[in-house]
Amino acid sequence: MKITVTVNGTDQARDVEPRLLLIHFLRDDLRLTGSHWGCDTSNCGACVVWLDETPVKSCTVLAVMADGHRVTTIEGLARGAVLDPVQAAFATCHGLQCGFCTPGVIMTARWLLDHNPDPSEEQVREAISGQVCRCTGYENIVRSVLRAARDDGGDTG
Amino acid sequence: MGRTHATAREVLVQVPAHVEYEKATSVEQALSLLARYGPGARVLAGGHSLIPMMKLRLVQPEVLVDINAITGLRYIQTAGDQLRIGALARHADLLADPLAGEHFAILHDAERVIADPVVRNWGTIGGSLCQADPSEDLSAAFAALKGSMIIHGPGGSREVSARAFHTGPYQTVVGPDEMLTEIRLPIRPDGGSAYLKVARRAGDWPIVAAGAAVWLTGDGDRIADVGIGLTAVGATHFVAAEAEDFLRGQPAGEQTLARAGEIAAEHCRPVSDQRGPADYKRHLVRELTVRVLRTAVGRARGLAS
Repeated sequence: MKITVTVNGTDQARDVEPRLLLIHFLRDDLRLTGSHWGCDTSNCGACVVWLDETPVKSCTVLAVMADGHRVTTIEGLARGAVLDPVQAAFATCHGLQCGFCTPGVIMTARWLLDHNPDPSEEQVREAISGQVCRCTGYENIVRSVLRAARDDGGDTG
Repeated sequence: MGRTHATAREVLVQVPAHVEYEKATSVEQALSLLARYGPGARVLAGGHSLIPMMKLRLVQPEVLVDINAITGLRYIQTAGDQLRIGALARHADLLADPLAGEHFAILHDAERVIADPVVRNWGTIGGSLCQADPSEDLSAAFAALKGSMIIHGPGGSREVSARAFHTGPYQTVVGPDEMLTEIRLPIRPDGGSAYLKVARRAGDWPIVAAGAAVWLTGDGDRIADVGIGLTAVGATHFVAAEAEDFLRGQPAGEQTLARAGEIAAEHCRPVSDQRGPADYKRHLVRELTVRVLRTAVGRARGLAS
């Protein structure tokens, strides 16, 4: 089936099987391997991308369901060489250890801050409660998101 | 086709089997596709239950009829003395909806503990109901609220009580050529409701969950009507019918509520599984039933909780 998905601002036309999962479309067809294929059961959240404006678990969405829609992945966050404040905060606050969960967590965190620029720690924890860090590095993840909220506030760009 | 890894993945049985795909942009078109393809077709909404089932090959539909483009089915609104929820409303929509929370606190209680925020972004209310998982939360909440479902088919639409919607685990009255389009909840005066769930970890399916809706007499002393929903414990139609029968007309006090919890625990049919032994689940039914009744009565009396 022929589909066109606007991924990180670029139209991507492909011929795919209806059963192809969005995560595999991104990783294998488009070679955007920043989004990770983790549990494959919509539990771990390593595969979170935005479908239009909404974070979704792309292991549980078919690529054909994204036909005609926009998808934003971790590769679409930075502006040129300038990292998104959430990405920068993860670097500053040691928000990643092995890094496997990081792209998904950052996509969810960016969405949270776009909708709630000044979240409490509890709200951050709730927002990422569908994401599993197998290093159990949650303290620094939460610290990174809260730091990004502060950096967002000071960043007029 | 660039699917060089497909064979390896199929060995792991983590991709769905071959399936055809159709996109519907109206209820009429969806119904006509369902009619054309017959029982091999399945409606695809959020897919957060269906796609995992397809990966595990527990279901192998021949055709998916994607209804996500029927944007007119995504709404939550009041109409007269009803709250109406479109089948395509996402779980996140229901949790964020102030009208739903104002009239039915049970819905926000339940949505806070259904899966996780990202899954709630995409999973739909109608999809959860039609999946008919025996541990599903909203089925118990809608049963407690004595709601109804609107089902569209080739012959028009019909309304089915939430308490007659499920015919068994993973089974509903929705026929292969029909689709669920709306949930209706009656808004009644002097009511309060609540939901509680015990799960092994955040976002998990319940070990046990209970929901209650209570409508008090005008003086606030007695229970005029009550709905109690139980999930994951084999309650027929997700309802604790015997406890409801006991409560109707009784004073809304601690002793009565405690007895209702005991009755609910006696009559449910939990099974021992990886989530816990049956006697533990029965204990949870008793305790959670009392707690949700207590909170529902408090809310019906206008007490914050």
